Amino acid sequence: MDLHEFQGKELFRRFGIPVSEGRLATSAGEARAAAEELGGQVVVKAQVLVGGRGKAGGIKLADTPADASERAGEILGMDIRGHTVRKVWVERASDIAREYYLSIAFDRSAKQPLFMFTTQGGIDIEEVATSSPDALARLHVDPLEGYHPWHARRLVYQAGVEDPAEQKQIVAIIGKLYEAFVGCEAMLCEINPLVVTTDGEVRALDSKFTVDDNALFRHPEIAEMRDVDAAEPLEALAREKDVTYVKLDGDVGVLGNGAGLTMATVDVVTFVGGRPADFCDLGGGGDAQGVVDALEVITKDHQVRAIFFNIFGGITRCDEVARGILQALEQMTIELPIVVRLDGTNAEEGRRLLRDADGSNLHTEATMLDGARRAVELAAV
Amino acid sequence: MAILVDRDTRLVVQGLTGSEGRFHGLRNREHGTQVVAGVTPGKGGQDVEGIPIFDTVAKAVSDAGANTAMVFVPAPFAADAMYEAVDAGVGTIICITEGVPVHEMLRIHAYVHARGVTLIGPNCPGALSPGQANVGIIPAEIFREGSVGLVSRSGTLTYQIGHELTQLGLGNSTIVGIGGDPVVGSSFVDLLSLFEADSQTEQVVMVGEIGGDEEEKAAAFIEAEMSKPVVAYIAGFTAPPGKTMGHAGAIISGSAGTAQAKKDALEARGIRVGTTPTETAELVAALIRA
Repeated sequence: MDLHEFQGKELFRRFGIPVSEGRLATSAGEARAAAEELGGQVVVKAQVLVGGRGKAGGIKLADTPADASERAGEILGMDIRGHTVRKVWVERASDIAREYYLSIAFDRSAKQPLFMFTTQGGIDIEEVATSSPDALARLHVDPLEGYHPWHARRLVYQAGVEDPAEQKQIVAIIGKLYEAFVGCEAMLCEINPLVVTTDGEVRALDSKFTVDDNALFRHPEIAEMRDVDAAEPLEALAREKDVTYVKLDGDVGVLGNGAGLTMATVDVVTFVGGRPADFCDLGGGGDAQGVVDALEVITKDHQVRAIFFNIFGGITRCDEVARGILQALEQMTIELPIVVRLDGTNAEEGRRLLRDADGSNLHTEATMLDGARRAVELAAV
Repeated sequence: MAILVDRDTRLVVQGLTGSEGRFHGLRNREHGTQVVAGVTPGKGGQDVEGIPIFDTVAKAVSDAGANTAMVFVPAPFAADAMYEAVDAGVGTIICITEGVPVHEMLRIHAYVHARGVTLIGPNCPGALSPGQANVGIIPAEIFREGSVGLVSRSGTLTYQIGHELTQLGLGNSTIVGIGGDPVVGSSFVDLLSLFEADSQTEQVVMVGEIGGDEEEKAAAFIEAEMSKPVVAYIAGFTAPPGKTMGHAGAIISGSAGTAQAKKDALEARGIRVGTTPTETAELVAALIRA
């Protein structure tokens, strides 16, 4: 789960990482009040779960409360790469002398946490990694040994931070960032930029914070931070119904059982010239309620012109799955053409049940490829 | 021969008294697996259809001679169960449970590897050596005994490909699902190396998907270390970046982990990649006929 900047900063603050004082605002009036409380120059920052806010005009300086209100009015409601801005973070402006970059992430390939630190902050880190790899200090942490202060010292010296007061502050921040990373079971904690102010104070000016979905059950206070409005509406509905669903941009609704098979189905629909509307994984079984919930989500997408079920029956036999689909179709009216491809245990019995059922919009196929072709044809009619 | 599970497997099921653990544990026994024990703290002394239940894995090892553990407990307790199995001296652990947090898995991965224990999973369907032993939830009915090793990050997709092999008259030495999570106990390379050393296995099918770089590492391993032919399949060519496609590990991060990059890495080393599950099975059949 990705967190907004203000949420990540709240977690930074809890772990003792210095951040600027700020307030959340959802209207121009609230932004004005926030600026009044904070006093002086403020920055108004769009809170969206997507990169490139600055370039899109989602971050603006304001000298007075009236100015803050006006800037917030411009930013709120703005569309940044498909994300509507519903909140702004109003923060006391900083006098920046230098911008650094610090992160700790889960390095999947090495199966260890990885620190990255460079004094060339404020820009895209992948750019630094390719253009001047020597400037980027990288260091893994053994998950069984955990963090020790030498990790921080090595990063700071390797990156070439020279001022002793600065070194001391950054070493402390690195230790606290590791605590936040482990304490929140994060996949990524990134500070870009980590700034040094003209007064020599080091502070996190931005946050990118991603928490492991599988760990949320033991971090209820972070789970509560989920911004339901920020999700794609159909994906939010699917989450509510506990349906595994990813919205795509085509017209063939795809349902499969198992993540791998469903991904393969989406691929095959594309290979035969179709455009999948979604990825929807029914899981291992094919119980009627699961099918009803999935179909409710899929048919809410008005781009969908045909539906393709691709089912492989293993322990859950195809005849059981066929009965589940038929029961589901009794509970709801679907006029769109439905292609069902059943294979595996008791496949013929399952296909016979579907053929005998009274439904002119129900088509059965024996192979994945034929099923995909049929669904794509029907979507084009 | 086969790999991981065979006639010598003596299985303890952690969570045998739960509904899922019981259902699959008994199915595994029906297939011929020696299911010698179950473990549920507080239920020691009971039995599930004749299989004795112990309070600890240590007791299942000392009293019932268990050498392999299957973890079927809910996610919040799975890490503890895996550590307990390692400590009890079990050599192979197969964790079916889905939803184990990544930070737990980082530690467990380091822990089991340091101790020479083989961990398969979590979030996996298990391992099946047809005619010998089945540990997990793989439907044994659709597979038959043969020479093709099958290793995959997915469940049903593996069954699909295995089923197509069966229909072409081919059988499997062992079918292994390594799991759909970002950190799993054993990688493609670990399993390929076991298949390379196994006398029953003559060809291998590797079924990968988007996310991570284990397929790329496997491509390098196959070229450098393997004498047996490998055919691959990759799922997720049309997956959008940044979205988790069902499996926690099936996610394209930035520009890393795409299906195309994996296919390119494999093909650059002369490894054939099927476009569909059907074509993948046909490629294996062609290999055998050649």
